[in-house]
Amino acid sequence: MYNSIVMVKQVPDTANISGKVMKDDGTVNRAKLPAIFNHEDKEALEIALQIKEQYGGTVSVITMGPPRASDMLKECFYMGADKAYLISDRKFAGSDTLATSYVLSEAIKYVGNFDFVFAGRQAIDGDTAQVGPQTAEKLNLSQVTYVEEILNVKNNVARIKRKIDGGQEVVDAQLPVLLTVIKGAQEPRPFSAKKIMIYKSAKTLLDLEKIANENSLLYLDELVQEYKDKNLYIETLSTTDLSEIDDTRIGLHGSPTKVHKVESVVLSGGEVTKIEPTEEGIGALIDELLNDHILG
Amino acid sequence: MPNFFTDNEDLKFHFNRLDLREILAIQEDNYEQKKEFDFAPENYEDAMINLGKTLELIGDISGNKIAPRAASVDEEGAHFKDGIVTYAKGTIENLKELSQADLSGMILPRKYGGLNAPITIYMAAAEIMARADGGLTNIFGLQDIADMIKKYGTEEQKAKYIPKFSTGEHTGAMALTEPDAGSDLQACKLRASQDENGQWRLNGMKRFITNGNGDVHLVLSRTEAGTKDGRGLSMLACYNDDTVVVRRIENKLGIHGSPTCELQYNNTPAELIGNRRFGLIKYTIDLMFRARLGVAAQALGISEAAYGEALKYSKEREQFGKTIYEIPAVKNILLDMRVLLETGRSILYDTAKLVDIKEKLEGKIELLKTAGEPVKDLNDRLKELTKVANLLTPILKYVTTEASNKITYDAIQIHGGTGYMKEFPVERLARDARITNIYEGTSQLQIVAAIGGVINDILKDYFDKKAAKTYSGGLERLNNFLKEIREIFYESLKYVVDRKDNVFQDVAAKDLVELYSYIYTGYLVLEEAEELPRKKFIANRYIITSLANAKKNAESIKSELFSDLLHADEILI
Repeated sequence: MYNSIVMVKQVPDTANISGKVMKDDGTVNRAKLPAIFNHEDKEALEIALQIKEQYGGTVSVITMGPPRASDMLKECFYMGADKAYLISDRKFAGSDTLATSYVLSEAIKYVGNFDFVFAGRQAIDGDTAQVGPQTAEKLNLSQVTYVEEILNVKNNVARIKRKIDGGQEVVDAQLPVLLTVIKGAQEPRPFSAKKIMIYKSAKTLLDLEKIANENSLLYLDELVQEYKDKNLYIETLSTTDLSEIDDTRIGLHGSPTKVHKVESVVLSGGEVTKIEPTEEGIGALIDELLNDHILG
Repeated sequence: MPNFFTDNEDLKFHFNRLDLREILAIQEDNYEQKKEFDFAPENYEDAMINLGKTLELIGDISGNKIAPRAASVDEEGAHFKDGIVTYAKGTIENLKELSQADLSGMILPRKYGGLNAPITIYMAAAEIMARADGGLTNIFGLQDIADMIKKYGTEEQKAKYIPKFSTGEHTGAMALTEPDAGSDLQACKLRASQDENGQWRLNGMKRFITNGNGDVHLVLSRTEAGTKDGRGLSMLACYNDDTVVVRRIENKLGIHGSPTCELQYNNTPAELIGNRRFGLIKYTIDLMFRARLGVAAQALGISEAAYGEALKYSKEREQFGKTIYEIPAVKNILLDMRVLLETGRSILYDTAKLVDIKEKLEGKIELLKTAGEPVKDLNDRLKELTKVANLLTPILKYVTTEASNKITYDAIQIHGGTGYMKEFPVERLARDARITNIYEGTSQLQIVAAIGGVINDILKDYFDKKAAKTYSGGLERLNNFLKEIREIFYESLKYVVDRKDNVFQDVAAKDLVELYSYIYTGYLVLEEAEELPRKKFIANRYIITSLANAKKNAESIKSELFSDLLHADEILI
């Protein structure tokens, strides 16, 4: 039996960008973009589910994000996750990778009882590939990055295939371990129709607060209990729940990274140089590439 | 990320206007199943949300997984080596994902692991999937085998066979056709006899069996030795064990992903499903009903794919300084394709709903009978519905499968020489469509099945009611055209009946059935046009084209064209 926690992220669909998506403070205006399940995270979830199928255990997913990230958490249920956590608080807004990994590591401590922590290698909005490794550091966990496959787990040691330049490497890692999963590792399974029918009604605390506010006959704590009993509650964590959290290390305050500008660079050829297929021609090409610091 | 459900505005239009209240109330035991199954719906609205989400899921898998594999499935095809059939790689992946998504038992009861979806939605699923891969629908659709066992098997048989269909571990085959019994199934010879222990054993051949490599076979067999007709045939279920030999698989024009097998049963142990002697006259007819709906959905899905390819290509391809889409003659072909596609969909969902409610009533009547409650009213209604379903199912199959051949043919035409090449999917679509008007009863047999209802004008009251309605704006004009088509129909019908000549009636049947189909389809689209302004264009083109076609049908009948049948031997040298 091995328990996994998978860090997942809802990301803007960068393949379909339009309008003003950058806010003045240099962060992404997520409301302007359709949100999707970051694909590498989905592959990470797939590997966690395979571990569960093969060895037993549970799969929990956590995400830090706005309330609407609950849509993605439901998708995790549709694939087979057992439990979902939404970490949502206005105080987290504007967090960079340092602050995010801090919050996630605190949340993982809160969830506890894990053998594996999974994450996608990187999210398609920031492309930093920092959150996974930073979280491992903060949790004092060993980490394996660029994971393609878990070959087996025996006596608390996982044998893992990871991608390296020009090939693959097989490493053994003592559990618990944090793994970041690379694109193309494992094709995520389709959603299960039955699970869609069940978990389509899953709710976060924020959803339930809204329902309770709109109907004075409903009490929040009763609603939460009802959804917990039905197994349809998405555990919702804020700074209040993560009591150990240091407020100075989260949100914009806790984020040393400042994005000044993001622009779309279109590479285009300006001029055409014809190279003769002779010794001299090729020599001249190599010289030019060396001078431009492309080679060497 | 194309989703073949959510990107299809016309299909969504039909889904959103479906009223399945009566069907679902019966299907869901008045929503009592929620107590036992957490994925069962709470009420009608919840059920429709579930079904919509199920179609979204199928749309996602079809658009993103199945469709990208279709070309390789077509090229690779199913394999046959040392008596073993293996699916193409893409087919294996497709089936795995369908079972992971809980779709292998889409229509099967929850009790046995299924989703308990109604037939109407199952047809939408088949349409969506066929748009991605025409042949895959055949294997997916063979959950009908488990559904037959659900309807006519014993409790023990249900528990034995159905659950593995739901998980996707088992697929099925419907073994009806034999070398000498194709359209004429009464001629079936495969023998079923009981050994000294009373165990049924099957001996004989079956041919052209779709997915004959499947795990559970329903085999139409002659249980009554010495009989020659359909009344000596029964339906038996067997496992595909070592006694069942696949002798070969066919090398086909299309639907390469779906293996077509020749089977030999050698003393195969089997068990009777339902009653003896009902094999053809009840169970096969029942299976065929559903299979015909399924083929219509398959044809429609292929048509949708071909139309989509043609439209896309016409907007990309430039000739004479503009896209070919801008050429009126090309645009006109596209309009005809679109109208055939949408009207076919109108018939599909109208007929599917009818068959659906018919089946639900049959089940309800059985339950009431067991409980000793009166069923007279329900029985009367069922009789009426069955009559109409007996007419509309063959009309549906005839119209949509012929349309699919036309649409895929035109899709190649719009591509020009490019379309003839393997690099583009339209030639595959045309090959896949080609079987649809042949199997599960050829077009000619659909005419035979429909002509009785047409001659008896069994939709008369329904048409009268539709004709008497007042339609808004320009639609009244179309109603008048439909009335004109009806007059043409009655004149033609009278002409045929007055001749009192069976040969003449046989050949004129096609024209009469077509005439009747124009009126039926015409009123469907007229109603849709009242709901959605865009549909006015569809109704307009369909009804005006139909009026022209009706005149041609009538002319064929009355022009004595068929009189040369008497001289056929001299002409056909």
